[in-house]
Amino acid sequence: MSEFKIAQRETNNVSVLELKGYLDAHTAPKLEEAFTQLLTSQRYRIVVNCKDLSYISSAGLGVFMAYIEDVRKNAGDIKLTNMSPKVYNVFDLLGFPLLYEIFKDEGEAVRKFFEKGR
Amino acid sequence: MKPKTIHIESRTERLIAVREFISAAAREFGFSDEEVSKIALAVDEACTNIIKHAYQFDPGKKISITVKPAERAFEVVIHDNGKNFNPADVQAPDMKEYLSHYRKGGLGVYLMKTLMDKIEYNIRPGQTNEVRLVKYLPR
Repeated sequence: MSEFKIAQRETNNVSVLELKGYLDAHTAPKLEEAFTQLLTSQRYRIVVNCKDLSYISSAGLGVFMAYIEDVRKNAGDIKLTNMSPKVYNVFDLLGFPLLYEIFKDEGEAVRKFFEKGR
Repeated sequence: MKPKTIHIESRTERLIAVREFISAAAREFGFSDEEVSKIALAVDEACTNIIKHAYQFDPGKKISITVKPAERAFEVVIHDNGKNFNPADVQAPDMKEYLSHYRKGGLGVYLMKTLMDKIEYNIRPGQTNEVRLVKYLPR
């Protein structure tokens, strides 16, 4: 069943992951795999576009927690964009907006990497 | 509305069926879309915990999820026969401390407590474990 998909592209030397569908304990390993590949190829500037993400559970949130430290140690960041109110509420319940930069628009997140050298 | 039950195998690909079952029942009970999403997420988290911790990903095991509607209370009762666990081990983390130390795991328990009005564990060693999640319809 294709309940979760990830499309990856590069823009201005920033890796963009577009998430689509349902991110739960069943599909979270796909996102882990995508992050592992990015880190293996030393790509630490990451934007996750959640425009078509319909659902997230703690298994999905745990993936962001698992990689953020390594990414930031390498002067990169994981920035999140285009969340539906439903998905944002789950991030918000856990206080994730304190730890992650969340933008309405993908372009804004990409530009942020070029401010102050980040 | 009558009680309803779904039986699933202990596999994460069945979580989508659990969410659909719970969402339909919660909607029928009268919850708003926002509340329906919260209840479905809490039940997903409870079942994920059972699959991961009680059954340790053994796909041959079974979980039953029953919806028991009362006057204003929407009660979801989940049964498993897995490794029993001490509810004291499933305390919600302190989120401030959690985020500042980039910790992993334990988020599901925190979410369940935040999303529902009441959660009770009834652990019966060697028999059936029971988790009850309750959400009240707003007045």
